[in-house]
Amino acid sequence: MDTISSFIDSLQLLSLTPPGWGGNLLRGLLHSLQIALGGYSLGLLIGILGACGKLYAGAFVKDSLACYTTLVRAVPELILILLFYYAGTDLLNQLMLLIGRDPVDVDGLIAGIFVIGLVQGAYATEVIRGAILAVPKGQIEAARAYGFSFWQTLRRVTLPAMLPYAIPGLANLWLIATKDTALLAVVGFSELTLETKQAAGSTKHYMLFYCAAGALYLIVTIISNQLIQRIERWSRRGFADGRSI
Amino acid sequence: MITPKSFWSPHRLLLAAIGSAIIISCAVFMRWDWIPDYYEIILAGIWRTIWLLVASVVLGFALALPIGLAQAAGPKPLAILARQFCNIIRGTPLLLQLWLLYYGLGSVFSTIPEIRGSAMWPYLRQAWPYALLCLTLSFAAYEGEVMRGAFLGVPKGELEAGRAFGFSEMQLFRKIWLPRAIQRALPTLGGEVVLQLKATPLVATITMIDAYGAFSKVRQDIFLTYEPLLLLALIYMMIAGLLVVLFRYLENRTPSS
Amino acid sequence: MKILNKHAIVGALMAIVAAPSVLADVVKVGVAAEPYPPFASTDVSGKWEGWEIDMIGAICETAKLDCKITPIAWDGIIPALNSKKIDMVMASLSITPDRLKVIDFSDKYYNTPAVIIGDKNVDIGVTAESMKGKVLGVQTGTIHRKYMLKHFADSVDSIKEYQTQDEANQDLAAGRIDALQADSLAMMDFVNSDQGKMCCEIKGEVAPDLDILGPGVGAGIRKGDDALKMAVNAAIKTLRDNGKYMEISKKYFSFDPYGK
Repeated sequence: MDTISSFIDSLQLLSLTPPGWGGNLLRGLLHSLQIALGGYSLGLLIGILGACGKLYAGAFVKDSLACYTTLVRAVPELILILLFYYAGTDLLNQLMLLIGRDPVDVDGLIAGIFVIGLVQGAYATEVIRGAILAVPKGQIEAARAYGFSFWQTLRRVTLPAMLPYAIPGLANLWLIATKDTALLAVVGFSELTLETKQAAGSTKHYMLFYCAAGALYLIVTIISNQLIQRIERWSRRGFADGRSI
Repeated sequence: MITPKSFWSPHRLLLAAIGSAIIISCAVFMRWDWIPDYYEIILAGIWRTIWLLVASVVLGFALALPIGLAQAAGPKPLAILARQFCNIIRGTPLLLQLWLLYYGLGSVFSTIPEIRGSAMWPYLRQAWPYALLCLTLSFAAYEGEVMRGAFLGVPKGELEAGRAFGFSEMQLFRKIWLPRAIQRALPTLGGEVVLQLKATPLVATITMIDAYGAFSKVRQDIFLTYEPLLLLALIYMMIAGLLVVLFRYLENRTPSS
Repeated sequence: MKILNKHAIVGALMAIVAAPSVLADVVKVGVAAEPYPPFASTDVSGKWEGWEIDMIGAICETAKLDCKITPIAWDGIIPALNSKKIDMVMASLSITPDRLKVIDFSDKYYNTPAVIIGDKNVDIGVTAESMKGKVLGVQTGTIHRKYMLKHFADSVDSIKEYQTQDEANQDLAAGRIDALQADSLAMMDFVNSDQGKMCCEIKGEVAPDLDILGPGVGAGIRKGDDALKMAVNAAIKTLRDNGKYMEISKKYFSFDPYGK
């Protein structure tokens, strides 16, 4: 009986309003999601540009991009985050000094988005490049035959047509982005994992808070998976595979 | 394809020049005089990283086989269990799992003093069993997902051919299904192992001194930010490169279908 | 097919990238992103509180600085200062000759002896002898780590390093380490907590070593930032003189933490 009542007592620590720490966890979750969303969008943008660069640009750009994707994919994210987190601000401020501006104040959120975005960009480049290559050549040639310019072809044919091929890979990247935000705990950014650690340390209920945070991450994953399935079905509409009707 | 001629085209020479300029300026303008003082700690750390990687991949792969099989052909409760295991591990950050296992269990130990008398205590006191367990479970979950697909992907005809030869179910599994499934999973294994390598530095947050942990010591001692991190990145790149070469070699040696 | 809506994405990113405001006169004061009672910890609503947080407020108010508390991981707090992520460190950072090579310090604003605290059931003292074969713990990047490495490393079984003090305390309570070395004020807080009372006790103060332990805790300031340093020094002096320092300290301690 004692253990049950003490368990219920400890559950109250999760309530959303003080003295519960639930609100802190939710605030951390919000930060995590902000960074994941921002980083993922930045990664997508880098990925689209990178893929186009790898496929259509000159040899120099191609090889530079190859260096970027290889380097980022071979070095642990934790080290990249530490490097970018300190070096990124440093370099930016040196640059500002060089062009005669005042140093800027890069807060943790933006640094986090930037870091996750750079890492995601390398993977997204490969995913999108593969997807563009999977688009039947004839479709792109047809567009060119109709007199579409390069950019028109890209915007109206290549990118929309590659989506169904890219979505599984991109969906996976989104799930990775949500989890990679946890690494920012190591540089002291108060996202979900660090908020959890602080709540756990302050209350000494380590198991409770780590499990609660795990549940929150799981919920994000489950909801994401539901959305991804919908997007996948929607993007494949018009494909003759008999599933999408 | 890159031919020797095109490999040395002007733009590559330019890239190589930029690359060497960066490396040379790093070597000249940054401080590297600390390396002789710390190389023993660093080598020990790298050794620990590799040891942890190999052990967790081998154990994780061994665990991934039943997990994949249970999902592909197991009885329903077992399949659901394996499926949920994969979902939970893959749906939460490794860092959180690591802290849950190490500090979460630690807080349980502090309420049950009897554990300290048990025979397991000398091991439970140290950090590496938690690190190994956590990395093994993580690898098993990701690879278990791959193995599920691999088991399901073995063509039915091959199994039927085995049956026609009078193989028992056990023989069928041992001689055809399992080897063919592993063969199908091999091409992705190299990538998964590199991902696993990139996950190992997290164990430094639970006091294990792997390569990353060794460099953290350096950073704490000499207050340098970039030099140790850059060298560390280079070391991980070299290990990753070696892994890629190794797996390419293995892949070429295994007969493909 | 307008789903990609690249313009929207680009626009959003531009907004994000353009957001950093030009640094005005805000002084970003770095504190360690971890609970370190009674000096600095977050309360349930996420607000920072504690003796050091109050002191930051008082110093900034006296020196007429517009301060913003910025949590940073402890093991990266000096790099963060030097890469201008923060402008000042007030995170119980002791003034030591080693650190003075890379950053500057204000005058000290408190000083506390270093103590060994250990498991109640473990026979351990403050001498290297008594630590033979024991497993010690310490927070990484602290003066205590340096002290242990110099004085105890040869006799102990191993020294485990933790990112935060709280994790070290936790492992001491769990019995994974036999003892740890830390600031006496923070440790008094721990041994008086529910968890600390059960497991641990203060074993004593370690022998002094000024070279490593330093003369006390000061505010870490970037080299060359002399205006800030002077403003902080003047503020500390004013607070000592006008009694505000003791007023704040009485809320947390029964004695003067300034030291000799």
